[in-house]
Amino acid sequence: MKFKRYLSGSVAALCLAATCFGTAASAEGKKAEVIHWWTSASEAAAIKVFADRFKDAGGEWVDNGIAGDAAKRTFTNRLLGGNPPQVGQFNVTREFEEIVDAGLLNNLNAEAEAGNWAEVLPGIINNVIKRDGNYYAVPVNIHGSNWLWYNKAAFEKAGAKPPTDWDSFFAAVDKLKADGIVPIAVGGESWQERLTFNAVLLSVAGRDFYLKLFNNRDAELIKSEKMGEVIDVYTRLRDLVRETDKGSPGRSWNETTSMVITGKAAMQIMGDWAKGEFISAGQKAGVDYGCIPAVIPQSPYMISGDVFVFPKTGDDADREAQSLMVNVMLDKETQIAFNNVKGSIPVRSDVDPSKLDPCGAQAIKLTSSDATHVGSTGMYITPDLAGAIQDIYTEYWNASDMTKEDMVARLVETFETVN
Amino acid sequence: MKYPLISSRLAARLTILPFVVIALTIFVGCVLWSVQLSFTSSKLLPNSDFVGLDQYIRLFNTTRWIVSLKNMVVFGVLFTSGSLVLGFLLAVFIDQKVRAESFFRTVFLYPHALSFVVTGLAWQWFLNPALGLQEMVRVAGWESFTFDWLVNRDFAIYTVVFAAIWQASGLVMALMLAGLRGVDPEIWKATKIDGVPTWRVYLHVIVPILGPVIFTSVILLSLSVVKGYDIVVAMTGGGPGIATEVPAKFVLDHLLQRANIGLAMAGATVMLLTVIAALAPWLYLKHVKKGANG
Repeated sequence: MKFKRYLSGSVAALCLAATCFGTAASAEGKKAEVIHWWTSASEAAAIKVFADRFKDAGGEWVDNGIAGDAAKRTFTNRLLGGNPPQVGQFNVTREFEEIVDAGLLNNLNAEAEAGNWAEVLPGIINNVIKRDGNYYAVPVNIHGSNWLWYNKAAFEKAGAKPPTDWDSFFAAVDKLKADGIVPIAVGGESWQERLTFNAVLLSVAGRDFYLKLFNNRDAELIKSEKMGEVIDVYTRLRDLVRETDKGSPGRSWNETTSMVITGKAAMQIMGDWAKGEFISAGQKAGVDYGCIPAVIPQSPYMISGDVFVFPKTGDDADREAQSLMVNVMLDKETQIAFNNVKGSIPVRSDVDPSKLDPCGAQAIKLTSSDATHVGSTGMYITPDLAGAIQDIYTEYWNASDMTKEDMVARLVETFETVN
Repeated sequence: MKYPLISSRLAARLTILPFVVIALTIFVGCVLWSVQLSFTSSKLLPNSDFVGLDQYIRLFNTTRWIVSLKNMVVFGVLFTSGSLVLGFLLAVFIDQKVRAESFFRTVFLYPHALSFVVTGLAWQWFLNPALGLQEMVRVAGWESFTFDWLVNRDFAIYTVVFAAIWQASGLVMALMLAGLRGVDPEIWKATKIDGVPTWRVYLHVIVPILGPVIFTSVILLSLSVVKGYDIVVAMTGGGPGIATEVPAKFVLDHLLQRANIGLAMAGATVMLLTVIAALAPWLYLKHVKKGANG
C-alpha cells in the first residue's frame, strides 16, 4: 500500500515535471483536460460541440477520449494516484458516490445556485448529482432506454397497427409473423435482455411498483402477482424471439437496429441511441420509422444520462477552468446543439422543443413532469446488485429448465443478500 | 580458480537482486494484497472493513460462478488435450519430409499470430447461424442444414474450444516439430532394422523422448485456460445467457463494471488456489522428491 502510494506519487511528480513547462508557456489559458468515452463518429461529433464552445468562451480543451469502460478506470486510477484531470465522465448512477465520500471532487454548489439547477433539472437527476445536500456533478443529457422502434413500411404491408397495450402488441406480432417478417428483434446480450425486462416491468407494473422495488428495495413485491404478470410477458417475448429470431444470441444492438432499418425485422426495444443508426441510414422519424417512448404509450419513461465530475486539483486556475466548463455545458444553446448530435435530449426542461426532432419532442414532455418518468435502475441500486439481477434475467431468457418460480426465488435471494 | 568463480557468482546475484526485489514486492505483494481484499467489503475503492468469509459464501452461492468453474474444467480438458493431439499430428505430418514444408509450417502456425480476440471474432462470424457457415450452406441449396452450436446454450462452450484449438495447435506443432527434429536419426535407423511399425515408434519411442516438450506445451496451454477471457468476450460475451462464462470474466466484470472488488478478489483467490493445486503434484515431483533422492 505504502509502496503503491510512493510509486503513484513519483509517477505524478514526473508527469507534473513534464507538463509544467507547457502550462507556463500557454500562460493564463483556462486549461481543462477532459477524460470521456465518446469516441465513435457521432459521439465524437457531439463532444466537439462542447470543446468548440469551451474554446470560444476562452478555455483550452485538452481532449482525452478513451473508448469504453477504460475511460472510467483511467479516470479513477489517476484520481487515486493524485494526478487527476480537470474533468471526468460518469453515468448518471450511484457509481461515483464513493469518490465523493472520499473527498476527491469539488463541490459545485456555487454554480448550481447561480444556474438555478433545482428548478431546471428533472428531480431524479438532481438527486443523483447531489450528495448530503451538495452538488458534485453536471448532467449533460437525458437518454431514454425504453423505446419501441418500428419499421412503418413493414407495419403497413402486414396491416398491423402500432401497439397501445400488450394485447395489441401481440396482435400486431401475429400479423407480422404471418407476413413472414421477424416481428421483434432482440439482440441477445445480457444487458439488452435486462433492458427488455425493465421495459416490460415498467409498462406492466408501473411507476410506483418500480420505485418501491428499486428505491425502497421492497423484495416482497417480487413475490406479488404483478411481478408474475411481468414475467409472463417477458416469457412470451422470449419464446417469440426463440421461434422467429434465430440469430439473436450475441447480436449487438446496432446490428439489431439495422434489421429494423432494412426491413428484416419490424420492431426493436432499445434506447434512444438507436435513433443515431436510423439517422445515419438516412431515414426520417415519423416517415420511415416510428418511435414510441416507454414502448407502451402512457408507461413511465426510463431515463439515464451522462455527467461530468470535477476533481480537486489544488490549483485555483483549474477551479476557474472547471467553473467555466460547467457553465458552457449547461448553456441552453449548447445543450440543444450537443443533444441533437448525440441523439439524446437536453437535460434542462426549459429549452425550446421545436428545435428537437419528433421523437425528442415526445420525450421532453415526459421528462418535464416527475410523474411520467423514472430513473434507470443504476440511479437507485448499486452496480453490484444491478449486475447480479441482470445475470438472473439473462439466465432466464436463455434457459430451458428455469421456471418462473425459480426466477422469483433467485431474485428475492439476490435482493436480500447483495448490498 | 576458486575466487573468480565466487566473485562472478556474486556479481550475477547482485545483478538479479533488483529484479528479485521488484518481483517479490510487486507480484507477491499484490497477490497478498488481493487475497487480503477478498476478506473485506471493498466496493469501488479498496477498504479494510473485514467481513470474514462473506465474499466466498456469496461466490459459491452464485450460479454464474459455478457455471464459470465448470466451463473452465470443460474448456481446460478439451482445449489442452485437443491442442496437444492436433499439434502433435501436424508436427508428425510435417516431419514426413513433405514438399513445401515451410509453406505448411507457416500456414499451421499462422492462427497463432492472431490474438484470441481476433480469433474469437472471426469464429463468431463464421459460426453465426444468420451470417456464416449455416447460411452459406443454405444459400448453396441445402436448405435444412443446421449448425447453430454458437447460439445453443448446451453447445456454445464447444465452439469456443474449437476456436481456441485452431489458434493454439500451431504453436504446439512448432514446439513438437523442434522436438522431433532433435530425435537422434540413429533411433529411426534402429527401429527400421527391427521392423517396428512407424506408428508404434511414434507412440512408444518418440512420445517419451518428447516428454519435456509436451510438458512445456501443457504448461503454456493451461496458462491460457486459467487466463481465458478474451476469446470468450469476443466470441460469445459469456452467452447465450451465462452458458459460456469463465472465472476470469467473472472477476473482471465485478472489478471493472460492478464495483465489487471484494467479490472479484475472492474469485481471483479461488483461481490462484486452482493453479497452485494443479501445479502442486509437479512441484512435489520436481523438487521434494528430487531432494530426497539426491
